[in-house]
Amino acid sequence: MTFLAQEPTLADFGQDPWWLVLIKIVFAFAFGLLATLLGVWFERRVVGRMAVRPGPNQLGPFGLLQTLADGMKMAFKEDILPRSADKVVYFFAPVISVVCAVTALSVMPFGPMVSIFGHKTPLQVTDVSVAVLLVLACSSMAVYGVVLAGWASGSTYPLLGGLRSAAQLISYEVALGLSIVAVFMLSGTMSTSGIVAAQGERPQLEFFGFDLAAPGWYAILLFPSFVIFFIAIVGETNRAPFDLPEAESELVAGFMTEYSSLKFALIMLSEYVAMVTMSAFTVTLFLGGWRAPWPISVWDGANSGWWPMLWFFGKVLLLVFVFVWLRGTLPRLRYDQFMRLGWKVLLPLNLVWILVLAAWLKTQGWERADRLMLYGVIAGVVLLVTLIWPSRQSAPKPTLAEEVNNRPPGSFPLPPLDLQVPPSPRTQRMVAEREPANLADTDSREV
Amino acid sequence: MTTQTVLAAAGSVPGGEAVTFWVLAPLALIGAIGMVAARNAVHSALMLVMTMLCLGVFYVIQAGPFIGVVQIIVYTGAIMMLFLFVLMLVGRGASDSVIETLRGQRVAALVLGVGFAGLVGTGMYRALADSTAAGLTAANAEGNVQGIARLLFTKYVLAFELTSALLITAAVGAMVLAHLERRREDRMDQAATMKARFRPGNYPGPKPGPGVFATSSSVATPARLPDGRLAEQSTPEILPVRELTAEDTTLKGTEK
Repeated sequence: MTFLAQEPTLADFGQDPWWLVLIKIVFAFAFGLLATLLGVWFERRVVGRMAVRPGPNQLGPFGLLQTLADGMKMAFKEDILPRSADKVVYFFAPVISVVCAVTALSVMPFGPMVSIFGHKTPLQVTDVSVAVLLVLACSSMAVYGVVLAGWASGSTYPLLGGLRSAAQLISYEVALGLSIVAVFMLSGTMSTSGIVAAQGERPQLEFFGFDLAAPGWYAILLFPSFVIFFIAIVGETNRAPFDLPEAESELVAGFMTEYSSLKFALIMLSEYVAMVTMSAFTVTLFLGGWRAPWPISVWDGANSGWWPMLWFFGKVLLLVFVFVWLRGTLPRLRYDQFMRLGWKVLLPLNLVWILVLAAWLKTQGWERADRLMLYGVIAGVVLLVTLIWPSRQSAPKPTLAEEVNNRPPGSFPLPPLDLQVPPSPRTQRMVAEREPANLADTDSREV
Repeated sequence: MTTQTVLAAAGSVPGGEAVTFWVLAPLALIGAIGMVAARNAVHSALMLVMTMLCLGVFYVIQAGPFIGVVQIIVYTGAIMMLFLFVLMLVGRGASDSVIETLRGQRVAALVLGVGFAGLVGTGMYRALADSTAAGLTAANAEGNVQGIARLLFTKYVLAFELTSALLITAAVGAMVLAHLERRREDRMDQAATMKARFRPGNYPGPKPGPGVFATSSSVATPARLPDGRLAEQSTPEILPVRELTAEDTTLKGTEK
C-alpha cells in the first residue's frame, strides 16, 4: 500500500496493531476528560470576563487547577440516594450519558496520516462508512441518560426536566439530521475522514457564466446548513440559551436536581464532553476538519504530519468559545418559543434549502440555456403564486373616534379625545431657578 | 469494501463476529424476556431498548452498517424515546398488578411461547443450516449505503414513497385529531386584552360581590346599588335574580 496521499481513506482503517489502537483510544478518552477540565475553567474565565469579573484565579496559574479541585471535592461528597429513586436506573443514567458522549469522539478525525513508532496510521480512532450516523446514534442515545436521570430521581423537578429534554432533543435531532443531508449531498460519503477529504477540493462552480473556484469548506458552501446545524447542536447539548431541561430558575437544576457526588460529576463530565464532541463534529463536517485555515494553508507543509492536529484543536477551541459566548450573551428561551423555532423555522428552512441545493446540483451538468430556462420557469411560478396568493386582509378597524362615538349609553366615562394638558407653570419656574450642573468638576471626582 | 464484507460473503464466521454474537445474543434474549417479565413499564421499555441495541450491532457485524445504525437512531433513539415519554407521563408509581385475572394464563403463555419459539427455531435451522450466504458481495459492491440508496430510489421507489405518504397521512391525521384549532387572529396579546377591557359597553372594573345580607348568605342574592336598585352583575348569569319575598324573610317558627 502506498502512502503518497496524506488523506486517509476507509481502507487505511483497521490496519493498526492492537497497541496502536489502545493508544488512540486512550488518547481520545483523555482528550475528552482533559477538555472537560479545561473547558469548565475556560467557560468560567470567559463568562467572568464578559461579566467584568476575574473568574476563578486562585488555584494554580490563572486558576487552571480550580476545576481539578472542584472535581476532587465532588468525589468526597456524600452520595445521596433519594428514597423514592429507582436505584438501578438512577445509577445507570449518568453512565449512559458519559458513554455516549465519549463514544462519539472515536470517529472524529484529529489529523491526517502520521507515523507513530514506524506505523503509518490516520490520527483517528476508527472510521466506518456510516461514521456520521454513528455520531447521530450516540447523540440520540445520550437522550436516555437525561430522561432516565429525570425519571429515576423520583421527584417532580427532575421528571419535568426529563420530559422537557425528551421533547427537546428529539425535535432538534430532526433539524440536526436534515442539515447534515446537504453535507452528504456534496461530499457523497458518510465517513468523517471522507468528508474532511472532500472539503480539501475546491469545486469549480459555474455561476451565471463565470467559472469560480469555490472555497472547499462546507461552512461557506452550505452556509444555511451550517447555521441550522450549529443552532441544533446547541439545543442537542442542552447549552444556554436552550438549557431548558436544567433551567435553574424554573426547575432548580432540572433532571440533575437529585444527583450528588460522583454521579453529578459524571453528568457534568458528559455535558462538557458532549460540547467538545459536537464542536469537533462541526469542525469535521463544516470547517474543513484538520485542514489549515486560509493564511496558514499557503504554507505547503500545513496539511501534513502532526500540524493539522493543532489546527483541529484551534477550531474546536473557537467553537467552544462560541458556545460560552452564547451562554454569556443570550437569555434562555421560553419552552414554546424554543419548540416553535425548531419545528416551524429550522425544519422548513432546511427542507427548502435541501430542495434548492438538489436542483442546483442536478442542473450543473445541463446546457446553459436549459438551465437558465428552468430557473426562469421556477422563478416565474414562485412569483405567480405570490401574486395570486389570497391575502388575509380583514375588514378595516374602526378608528378611535368612531369607536368612541359608537359607545352604547351608560359606558365607562372617558375624558374627551381632544384633551390637551397645558404645561404646568410651576415646571417652567423650576427649570429657570435650577442651578446649572458643574460639568467640569465631574472628571476629577471619584466615581 | 471492508474485510468483514469479504469474510461474510465467503460464508465463514470470523472470530470477532462469533465473539460479538455470543456476547450479545444472550443479552438480547435477556432483554426480550425481561421486557415481558418486568413489572414496571419503564423497566420493560429499557429492556426492549437493550434488545434493539443488540440487534443493531448484529446488523453491523453482518456487513449492514447502515441498517444497524439506523436501527439504533430510529428505533431506540426516536420511537422508544417517545414510548418512554408517554410512560413517564403516566407516572412512575404505576406497576402491573400481580394478580392473574385468567387462571393458568401465565403457564399456558409460557408453554405456548417456548413451543412456538422452538418450532420456528428448529424449522429455520433445518432449512438454513446447509445454505451459504450469497450475493452479499454483489449487494455491497459499491458500498453498503450506496447499494441501499440505489435500490430504494430505483426499484422500490414507488413502495418507498407510498409508505412515506402513508406515514405522513397518519401523522397529519393524529395531529388533526389532537390539535385544538386556535387561529392567529383570535389570539389576543396583552394590548388587545386591555383594549377589549376598556371597549365601550364593557365594564372594566371588578364585578360587585353578591349581596350577602344577614337574612341570606346565598350567592343568588343580588347586591344593592346606592339608589336601591339591584346590581345585576353581582349574581352569576345562570342564577335567576330573585328578591326575597316577605314569606322568605318571616320567621319560620323553628327557633326556640
